[in-house]
Amino acid sequence: MNRIWKEFSKGLWLELPPFRLLLGLCPVLAVTKTAYNGFGMGCAVIFVLTLSNLIISLVRKIIPPKVRIVCFIVITASLVVTVELLMQAFTYPLYQELGIFVPLIVVNCLILGRAEAFASRNPVHLSVADALGMGFGFTLSLTFLGGVREIFGYGTFFGRPFMWAEFKPFTFMVEAPGAFICLAMCLAAMNFITTWQSKRF
Amino acid sequence: MTDYFMLIIAAIFINNIVLAQYLGNCPFLGTSKSIDVAVGMGAAVVFVSVMAAAITWPIQKYILEPWGLVFSQTIVFIMVIAALVQFVEMFLKKSIPPLYEALGIFLPLITTNCAVLGIAIICQRKEYTFLESMVFALASGAGFMLALVILSLIRERLEITRIPDAFKGTPIALVIAGLMSLVFFAFQGMV
Repeated sequence: MNRIWKEFSKGLWLELPPFRLLLGLCPVLAVTKTAYNGFGMGCAVIFVLTLSNLIISLVRKIIPPKVRIVCFIVITASLVVTVELLMQAFTYPLYQELGIFVPLIVVNCLILGRAEAFASRNPVHLSVADALGMGFGFTLSLTFLGGVREIFGYGTFFGRPFMWAEFKPFTFMVEAPGAFICLAMCLAAMNFITTWQSKRF
Repeated sequence: MTDYFMLIIAAIFINNIVLAQYLGNCPFLGTSKSIDVAVGMGAAVVFVSVMAAAITWPIQKYILEPWGLVFSQTIVFIMVIAALVQFVEMFLKKSIPPLYEALGIFLPLITTNCAVLGIAIICQRKEYTFLESMVFALASGAGFMLALVILSLIRERLEITRIPDAFKGTPIALVIAGLMSLVFFAFQGMV
């Protein structure tokens, strides 16, 4: 039980995917114009990551080591097609907003990275815990970044007015340069907190 | 003719694949520490994305669309790219060893570079003709290479600069990328 909790919780802070591991940066920058888009992308990634870790860890003893990467890609790609079809059926506006980044979940390094580094060498329950932790960490980070950019860029949060009435939105924040600078600030803040903690204890 | 010229300018500067469309950011940050590596990676991406666009376009038009299999586009394209990268690697190893030496370690990494798959999918979504797809893939690859080379030149200078501790490494690279993106953003007024 302890082990499961350890694998789950490391994704939430110690190895928080986009900020610490720097994996899967493209969607992090691209879809975080609003908190809602970030959250939607995060949910799609949780779905794909959990199922891919589950399946890969189930078949890890059958896959020959030489062709493992191709096998991982096929499994992930099938799951991504499933997500694409589900999103077209149930959340079509979100699917349109995320655009090309839904099929591109296939090449999100986070998913292949977890498959290679964790699911292919660990039993099923631990792999699922790892995937859920990483997925939640990813979703939280995307929602946070999306929230910050939405509040400053549009003056709203999850589509509701958030700032005072005379607030002039900074259009900069929702365009490409804002994405890079925002992420840079988050990384610097994480570094700062880590050094501060290590000095304190 | 002017159409193709506009397509090239748009793909390199206005909709730069890294700085405006956010594709291929992992290699953009990962391989920009030195200029040699950046040039190698850039060349490999140009090469593979043109080849990938050349192969995926007929597959989409003559196999997926007539047979009603468009929903499986993602899975087919990524398999094609993975196989293509393997073949290119084997071919270069046998016939052009110097180029293989130069690109060697970057080729396997390209399978999971979202710029390559992204270019192939964008060509289909914008319904380009075969020739337009080729030109678009070549220009987008060149845009990737341009951004990567500029960033690596700046990062080589950053090595000897004093920067705040918290910003060392990736954060400062992202700030630079943001400023570059702001510069490229100015090109949007051109059209």
